[in-house]
Amino acid sequence: MTSHVLLIEDEPNIAEAIRFLLSREGCRVSTLHDGIGAAEAVRTERPDLVILDLMLPGCSGLDVVEAIRAHPETGDTPVMMLTAKGQGRDREAAEKAGVTLFMTKPFSNAEMLASVRALVGK
Amino acid sequence: MKQRRVPLFLKRRSYRKRRLRDAARMLPVFGLFLLLVPVLWRPAETVRADTAPDGIYLFVVWFGLILVAALMAPGLTEESGGDDPEEG
Amino acid sequence: MPFNLLVLACLGYVAFLFAVAFLAERRAAMGRVGWLRSPLIYTLSLSIYCTAWTFYGAVGYAARSGLEFLTIYLGPTLVFVGWWLLLRKLVRIGRQQRVTSIADLISSRFGKSNLLGIVVTLLAVVAATPYIALQLQSVTLSFAVFASETPEGWALPDRDATAIWVAAGLALFTILFGTRNLDANEQHHGVVLAIAVEAVVKLLALLAVGVFVVWGLAGGPADVFARIEASELRDWPLEPGRWTGLIFVSAAAVICLPRMFQVMVVEGGDERHLARASWAFPAYLLLMSLFIVPIAVVGLERMPDGANPDMFVLTLPLAEGQGTLAMLAFLGGFSSATSMVIVESIALATMVSNHVVMPIWLKLRPKAALTGDVRRTVILSRRLAIVAVLSLGYLYYRMSGGSAALAAIGLIAFVGMAQVMPVLVGGLFWRGATKVGAVAGLVTGFVVWAYTLYLPSFGPDAALSAAVFAEGPGGIGWLRPQALFGVEGLDPLLHALVWSIALNTFAFCLFSVLTFPGPVERMQGAAFVNVFDAEAAGPKGWTRGWAEPEALLMMTQRILGEEAALALFAAEARAQGKDGFLPEPTPDFVAGLERRLAGSVGAATAHAMISQLVGRATVSVEDLMAVANETAQIMEYSAQLETQREELTRTAQQLREANEKLTQLSVQKDAFLSQISHELRTPMTSIRAFSEILTEGDLPPEMVANYGRIIHEEAIRLTRLLDDLLDLSVLENGSVQLNIGLANLQQLIDRALAAAGHTRPERSFLILRDLPAENLFVRTDADRLVQVFINLISNARKYCDAAAPELRIVVRQRAGRVSVDFIDNGSGIPKQSQRIIFEKFARLTDQTRAGGAGLGLAICREVMANLGGGIDYLPGQGGAAFRVTLPLRLEQKAA
Repeated sequence: MTSHVLLIEDEPNIAEAIRFLLSREGCRVSTLHDGIGAAEAVRTERPDLVILDLMLPGCSGLDVVEAIRAHPETGDTPVMMLTAKGQGRDREAAEKAGVTLFMTKPFSNAEMLASVRALVGK
Repeated sequence: MKQRRVPLFLKRRSYRKRRLRDAARMLPVFGLFLLLVPVLWRPAETVRADTAPDGIYLFVVWFGLILVAALMAPGLTEESGGDDPEEG
Repeated sequence: MPFNLLVLACLGYVAFLFAVAFLAERRAAMGRVGWLRSPLIYTLSLSIYCTAWTFYGAVGYAARSGLEFLTIYLGPTLVFVGWWLLLRKLVRIGRQQRVTSIADLISSRFGKSNLLGIVVTLLAVVAATPYIALQLQSVTLSFAVFASETPEGWALPDRDATAIWVAAGLALFTILFGTRNLDANEQHHGVVLAIAVEAVVKLLALLAVGVFVVWGLAGGPADVFARIEASELRDWPLEPGRWTGLIFVSAAAVICLPRMFQVMVVEGGDERHLARASWAFPAYLLLMSLFIVPIAVVGLERMPDGANPDMFVLTLPLAEGQGTLAMLAFLGGFSSATSMVIVESIALATMVSNHVVMPIWLKLRPKAALTGDVRRTVILSRRLAIVAVLSLGYLYYRMSGGSAALAAIGLIAFVGMAQVMPVLVGGLFWRGATKVGAVAGLVTGFVVWAYTLYLPSFGPDAALSAAVFAEGPGGIGWLRPQALFGVEGLDPLLHALVWSIALNTFAFCLFSVLTFPGPVERMQGAAFVNVFDAEAAGPKGWTRGWAEPEALLMMTQRILGEEAALALFAAEARAQGKDGFLPEPTPDFVAGLERRLAGSVGAATAHAMISQLVGRATVSVEDLMAVANETAQIMEYSAQLETQREELTRTAQQLREANEKLTQLSVQKDAFLSQISHELRTPMTSIRAFSEILTEGDLPPEMVANYGRIIHEEAIRLTRLLDDLLDLSVLENGSVQLNIGLANLQQLIDRALAAAGHTRPERSFLILRDLPAENLFVRTDADRLVQVFINLISNARKYCDAAAPELRIVVRQRAGRVSVDFIDNGSGIPKQSQRIIFEKFARLTDQTRAGGAGLGLAICREVMANLGGGIDYLPGQGGAAFRVTLPLRLEQKAA
């Protein structure tokens, strides 16, 4: 089965790495570079997983999570949050906002793929 | 605030400064009086030759006014002293 | 004496005055005002009171009316020796309110009313016209004297032509030195110094003629005394009315004449200057008058019957064959005439432009205050006004036929300007004086003066028909211009003086008592009458309005010029404890700004312009009352309690500040670490992911190449970040090693432009430079400075969002410092961000990420601090604008 992953990441190189890895696993990946239309995209595309950067131009990743959770149709979509800050405070805030899994940059490819597999329920 | 009560009696130095200012105010009044004195002896109605003496009188008064003003000028520009708030 | 020689002497003298004025202007421009503002120069500049009317006319006056001519100098003497009464207050107000003319003073006192400004301006122009004509006439007459006296017998080309040449020359000089700059408080150092030089020339000339007459032609003072006793002047007709009236009128004139007000108040006198002038100026007048009667008596004795006594000062030496002395006398008369015309026309031009042209212009184009070039409009209108004023004088000269005795013309002008006196004195000492009263008084006085003295001065059947003179207008006998209300047999001048001043004062007082002043009027009234009570400073006016500081800055730039405006705003911002150029628009600041602008365009115009930005909410009667109550309450506190409380507050404040600072430092450190972590981890993520992918192998070669390139790029980004961090820490410690040397600024900018060209090379940028200004040598660390320039230029290349991007580089040098401005034409940096752009990691948008970590401007700031200079954001320039300042010569710090 092909899972659909929505990737929201402003660093083009990181986005490319993740896209490559997931495509090789057989996922369909669509990419956004900022958080402005993100919640809307989740609603229309109905992805199996959202991978979200914490610091996005225009708005914070936390706002995007809250918007996804607030909507009844997308409320149970799993969200994996990436961050380069990785302080305890950020993790708590992310969990409070409803993030399913919190991952610190840099990450190992294997770890990241394992988490994705776990979240899309393969 | 800065508003202080103006003392009723002043130190000698300030007292002198006050009187100097009074004098400066009076000077033009006395000057005007002295310049109008020729009107009293009515040179127009006499046939006496009075241009020269009148002229000397007027120039002496004039010189006197200049002298007094010159003597008072330095004292008037000094910064106002401690117990002497400036007044208009 | 050949005509050519005379013209040559004139031109040489004028060229000398040009040089004097030019050097003084240059000295002042370099900030070395020094003795240009000394009491001596001040006193000498006051001597423009003595015009050609004094120089030539006084002798004629004495020959006709004996000692009566002295009244013209005795009145001013009384005013000056009594300076403590009136002049001190006038000069203090002039400085405090930055008054630009007598019209401005009256307008400002009565609620910044432009109507009053117009009335006084009109009065001044009308009254000054005959006076200027008089000066043209005297110069023309003095030329004619030389023409008729010379044995060579050259004919004077044409009197009218002479007058026109003189008028045109004066207009040129006045425009050159009187309207050069608008700012600097309407002070003209060049003109003032030229006037002072002319004052010395005319005094020396008159004294020289006097000495020649007393000791050369007569046998010393005793002989002169005897000759006076023997002459037809021995018995002079003192008329008490005229004697008193003329002393009054000349006393009023010395205060109200536009040119006297200009040199006494506007050109920047203070109490120190006045104290010296209080006796020195009367002494100057005394010296000017000393030899008048002897010259008149000897002239009447020696000159043929029918010779014009107005020209004795010139004809007497000529007739005695003293060519050099006559030339000196000619130059003296020339000086008297020219200095008067120059200052008078500057004063009148200021009034016309500030009270007539500017209000109309602002009414027609209300937006012009912000967008138009106000300075150019003001200066152009002043130049046109100068030409107009001189043309009017010339026309009057042509119309009046240039025949009337000099003294008569001068007195007409005196009585005209004396109409301002009641309103001026009333405004300075009586808080109850109102605008309506002032308008009523001025208009009444103006009309009565014009009807009884000015219009009749053109002669019967010129302005008023002979029938009106004889029977009154429409046969109404009690309205005859020279016998108003049936008062006959009075001297016409005295008649006009008494009626105009009496009716003027009456109307002023009556309407002041009957009307109620507006709030601004009351505020200004209190500020003027109580100018010496610092505590009585009322509400500041703009208590309820609010203006965008950037808009205020833009308007100020239009009037004062960019440099002066930025300096003014920066100083205020510093005083408020803020960085940059935008202070809070507090009522105090706006009021001060209004006064500063008033110094250039007059109180009424400045008030109107500020109102446009702040809104009409100036001040109400309630505000005035509130301030009065507050003052009363505050006075109840005892001084001791006040000090204790202040001390406690200060200590608490200090503690609070210390605590805040510590907390802030800790927060800053955390934030900084978190930022660095983020900036390091981001490239690291890409590197790690792609290196793992590459390690797995089995990729097509082009992908290997692509991913390898990404790893390489990100590694470089990491290196650059670490370099920047290291650089910043070295700079912040102050432990940086500077490599100081001499470098040409132009070459440094060239280098920076070349290096920054690699940033977004696809964009074509228009670079506007001023190469000559850049061509200067600075002693600094060239590489560090270039680093800053590169950063600023690259930023402009990255972020300037204009369709046709432009970058303007402006270099200025002043007082040992150089400033380099980088101004682009994009949308600039929003106001709320202007403060944070110099902070570390303060990247505003990520739309155009060029790999920077947001450390560039922070590094620039540190570099400039190390180079003894600074970098600031310049608001209000129409785009993003940065100013780099640095010392011309950086001294190596002692190790």
